[in-house]
Amino acid sequence: MTMQFGYVSPEQVMKDRADYARKGIARGRSVVVIAYDGGILFVAENLSRALHKISEIYDRIAFAAVGKYNEFENLRMAGVRYADLRGYSYDRQDVTGRGLANVFAQTLGTIFTVESKPYEVEMVIAEVGVTAEDDQIYRLTYDGSVADEHGFVAMGGSAEAISTALTERYRDGMPLEEALRLAVELLGRDPVSGEQRSLTASQLEVAVLDRARPRRKFRRLTGAALGHALGVAGSQSEAGDGDEASSPPTALAGGSHEPAGPAGTDAGDADPA
Amino acid sequence: MPNDHSGSGRLPAAYLTPGSSSFAEFLGSHAPELLPGRRTPPATVLTNEAPHGTTIVALTFPGGIVMAGDRRATMGNYIAQRDIEKVFHADDYSCVGIAGAAGIAIEMVRLFQVELEHYEKIEGATLSLEGKANRLALMIRGNLAMAMQGLAVVPLFAGYDLDADDPAQAGRLFSYDVTGGRYEEHKFHSVGSGSLFARGALKKLWHEELSVEDATLCAVQSLYDAADEDSATGGPDLTRRIFPVVSTVTTDGYRRLSDDEVGAIVDVVVAGRMDNPGGPQAPLR
Repeated sequence: MTMQFGYVSPEQVMKDRADYARKGIARGRSVVVIAYDGGILFVAENLSRALHKISEIYDRIAFAAVGKYNEFENLRMAGVRYADLRGYSYDRQDVTGRGLANVFAQTLGTIFTVESKPYEVEMVIAEVGVTAEDDQIYRLTYDGSVADEHGFVAMGGSAEAISTALTERYRDGMPLEEALRLAVELLGRDPVSGEQRSLTASQLEVAVLDRARPRRKFRRLTGAALGHALGVAGSQSEAGDGDEASSPPTALAGGSHEPAGPAGTDAGDADPA
Repeated sequence: MPNDHSGSGRLPAAYLTPGSSSFAEFLGSHAPELLPGRRTPPATVLTNEAPHGTTIVALTFPGGIVMAGDRRATMGNYIAQRDIEKVFHADDYSCVGIAGAAGIAIEMVRLFQVELEHYEKIEGATLSLEGKANRLALMIRGNLAMAMQGLAVVPLFAGYDLDADDPAQAGRLFSYDVTGGRYEEHKFHSVGSGSLFARGALKKLWHEELSVEDATLCAVQSLYDAADEDSATGGPDLTRRIFPVVSTVTTDGYRRLSDDEVGAIVDVVVAGRMDNPGGPQAPLR
């Protein structure tokens, strides 16, 4: 009888895989997701204009991820396909963040145990509701675990330090600029030395799920709009609460009138008769 | 939904296969039964058994386009529906109007809308206006067998070309034939049973300096003329306040005029026709 050479216990295999995935994720720059009074804000430190960490999935649903780009990009594309197919064959309102989080969790879980290498990704699926109470933020990790988060999530290299700071400083119903200012400040803080960098618009990828938009709630804040929001954020003192009137930041990207689609709820919404 | 959750509940491989940014192609490989073209053509001609949509007009003006459609669907000599909508938002900078077999056409427009949005989300960029027009042609081509059985779909596609050199010339129109042939039209065009009458009116009313208000008025006038001569085209229904669907696409994007706005235009048109039922007259020389 020969000894099985190179036997490793299942516990050890899982631990090694988890360590491997965690290391990969911790190397990346961070992403912060924060609920604000008018929706959900996504802020990532990202020097690339083309390779996004934050994306639209469906009308009310957005995606943010850290880790290996090709892996989360693959999942994002699958998510868009899943959502579009579901919305096309049922109805737009039947696409939910919860459903999407579930299939992502199953997929990540299977990849973690079956494939030769786990995905080095961590992601957030967020769905903006009709009111702030209906907002949903799901955090998914490399092994398929899902957590239903409230208020905020931080992922990536400095996730722990940012989460700790957010636990103290986050409050419900922050205006957009205050939430953005907080996110940018925490992303710019070195988790070890505590040293503060000031991040400019060109180093940031910022998007919102804006509750007030018709139909497609996702909107990127770029260029002048972002510069303006950051500029206001920089010049405001801590006592920003009184300035909420100045908070709506930008004009809508597309047409301000949303269409009557030929089917289902869209047509119903747009037809006053 | 078929094939959605196989075995473990993880997403099937088709979802994770990189490559296509087209939703229609994804459907074709993963759930072909959902494609509008995938059905067995009926053995007999069904022109009179399925609701058909009628007249769509579109015209350019400096800085955009206007598209309008009447609200009638007919089944033979019956009015199948008096408030059907046949002009749709395709994406933020384009719209599509449909004439022909209403059921298939509406399904096709739904797919077209998802197709454009899907590409936008996957690629992070919008298709060019030509690209959008070509995708629509591909969908029409798939419907040829049905068209031969009396269930043709003939769309009119129009949009604002964000890549145009001259913003005044950015409004562009595309027409199609049942084989999927795609033709760029200039100035104005119309499709559907009342299209010949509408086009005659547009020929006399259209000029190069139309404002957006005049362009919408021009569209409603031409639909009125179509309804005047073609029994399958519905005129404005003053008692029920059912008016044509009128949409504009400009640099500010797609906008559908509200019923109140169209109602005001219709009131002007109808008041004018009280004096002269033939509508505005073009100068003879």
